[in-house]
Amino acid sequence: MNQTARETRSPLAALAALGDQTLYVLTDLGRMGIFLLLALAGLFKHPFRFRELLKQMSFIGAGSFTVIFFTALSSGMVLGLQGYYSLHKFGAEGMLGSAVSLTLIMELGPVLTALMVAGRAGSAMCAEIGIMRISEQIDALECMAIDPFRYLISPKLLAALISVPLLTAMFDVVGITGGYIAGVHLMGVNGGAFFSGMQQSVTDHDIRMGIIKSFAFGLLVVWICTGRGYFVQKIRGAGFGAESVSKVTTQAVVMSSISVLIFDYLLTAVLL
Amino acid sequence: MSEHQTVGAQVGDSAIRFVEVCKSFGERAKRNAVLNQVSFSVPRGATTVIAGGSGQGKSVILKLILGLLRPDSGQILIDGKDVAAMGYKALQEMRMQFGVLFQGSALFDSLTVFENIALPLRERTRLGVAEIAARVGATLEQLGLTGHEDKYPAQLSGGMKKRVGLARALQLEPGIVLFDEPTTGLDPVMTREIYELFTETQRRLGYTAVIVSHDIPQVFELADLIILLNKGELDVFTEASQIVHSEKPFIREFARMVIGMQAS
Repeated sequence: MNQTARETRSPLAALAALGDQTLYVLTDLGRMGIFLLLALAGLFKHPFRFRELLKQMSFIGAGSFTVIFFTALSSGMVLGLQGYYSLHKFGAEGMLGSAVSLTLIMELGPVLTALMVAGRAGSAMCAEIGIMRISEQIDALECMAIDPFRYLISPKLLAALISVPLLTAMFDVVGITGGYIAGVHLMGVNGGAFFSGMQQSVTDHDIRMGIIKSFAFGLLVVWICTGRGYFVQKIRGAGFGAESVSKVTTQAVVMSSISVLIFDYLLTAVLL
Repeated sequence: MSEHQTVGAQVGDSAIRFVEVCKSFGERAKRNAVLNQVSFSVPRGATTVIAGGSGQGKSVILKLILGLLRPDSGQILIDGKDVAAMGYKALQEMRMQFGVLFQGSALFDSLTVFENIALPLRERTRLGVAEIAARVGATLEQLGLTGHEDKYPAQLSGGMKKRVGLARALQLEPGIVLFDEPTTGLDPVMTREIYELFTETQRRLGYTAVIVSHDIPQVFELADLIILLNKGELDVFTEASQIVHSEKPFIREFARMVIGMQAS
C-alpha cells in the first residue's frame, strides 16, 4: 500500500504513465490507420458482396430517412424563423432564402446528417462488429481464409460513401423547404425573393463543399464505428464481454461525432 | 530432458511442429509467460489432445497454429513452413487446410444453419448454387440436422450448435481440424454424441485432429497423443496410463485430482 502510494507520487512514475498513455494512443492510431487501409483495399477484392452492399445502403440510407427528414424540417424551419427575426431588423428579409440555403448546404446539412447517421447506424454497426469479435465470429472468418475486411467492413464503408451524400442532399432539400414554409408561409416573406436570393447566392463551389464534407463525414463515421467494434478487445479500460461492447459503442458514437465537428472546421478552413 | 525442453519430434511425419515457442501476455512490467520454450509435434492423421488447467495456454496454442497470434520467439511449422514468418497471402492459403470448431461454435448469428454451413463453399470455391445446396444437404443429413436448415443459431440447442459448427468446419474437407473445447456446456449424453460424430467423421475424412479439452478422462480415449500443459511447460504422453507414472509431482497430482487415476 505504502509502496503504491510512493510510486503514485513519484514524478518518474507520472512520466512513465504519460509515456505509457502516449504509446497506447499512438498504437491505437496506427491500428485504426491500418484498419482503414485494409477496409479500402477490401473494396477491390473479389468477390464483392453486392447484395450486402444493398442491404447496408437500405440500413444506413433508407432506414435513416425518417430521422433525417424530421431533423432537416425542424432545423430548416428554425433557420427560417431565426433568419427572418434577424434580417427583419435590417429590412433585409429578401436575403432569407440565401441565408437559409447557404447555411444548410455548406454546414448544417453535412454535419447534422453525419451526426444522425453516427447515432443511428454507427452505433448499430459498432455493436454488431463488437459482438462478432467477442463471440469469435471474426476469428472464424479468418480461419476460413475469408478476409473480414472484404466480407464485413468494406460493404458498410461503400454503403456509407453512397448513402451519406444522398441523405445530405435530401436534408438540404427538406431543410430549405422548411425554411420556405417558416419564412414565406408563416412570416410573409415574398416567395419569389426567397428563391431568387437562393439562386443568386448559392454557387457550384458551395454545393461541392457540401458534397466533399458529406463524403468525408460518412467515411469518418463508418471508419470509427466499425474500427472500435473490430478492436473491442484491445481498447484500454473497456472491460470484457457485453460490457466492453456497450462501452465501446458509446465511445464510438462520441468519438465519431466529435471527429465530424473537428473535421467540419478543418474542411471549411481548407475549402472556403 | 532439459528444464524447458520437452518431448517433441519423436514422430516422423508431423502435420504441426512447435519449436521452442515462447508466448507471453500483459503489460511489460507484468508480463505473464503462458508458453515457455515449448516444443512438440502433432502426428499426421492422428488425434492429439491438449489438456491442462484454465489459463494454461491451451487455446493460445490453437490461435498460434492458425496465425491469429504471433509467438514472441520460436517457430511453428505447418508442413515445414513457419507460420510466424508467413505473409498475408501465405497465411490465407495455409488456413485453407484447416477446419476449426470454436468453443462457442462461433456461428454467424445473422445467417441460417444452411447459410452458415454453405459459407465456406460460397466464399472459397467456385461451386454453383445447386452443387452447394446438394453438398450442404448431404452434410446436414450426415450430422442429423435435416429439417433445421432454416433456423438461426439463436434457435438451436448447445449440442446442435456444435454439430452445425462441426459441419461448417468440415465443409472444405480440411487436412487438419482444431477443436477448442468441443463439449463445453454440454450434458454427458450430448458430449458422447459429439465424440461419436468426431470419431465417425475422422474415420471417413482421415483428418489430423487437435482437441483442446477439459473433458477428461473421456477425451483421452480418443487420443493418440496427450499433451499436458502446466505453467508454460508441457509434457507429452502416448497413453493416458503413462500420466500416473510421471516423474513430475504436479502431473501425478493432476492424474489423481482431475482424472481420478491412481498408480497401480
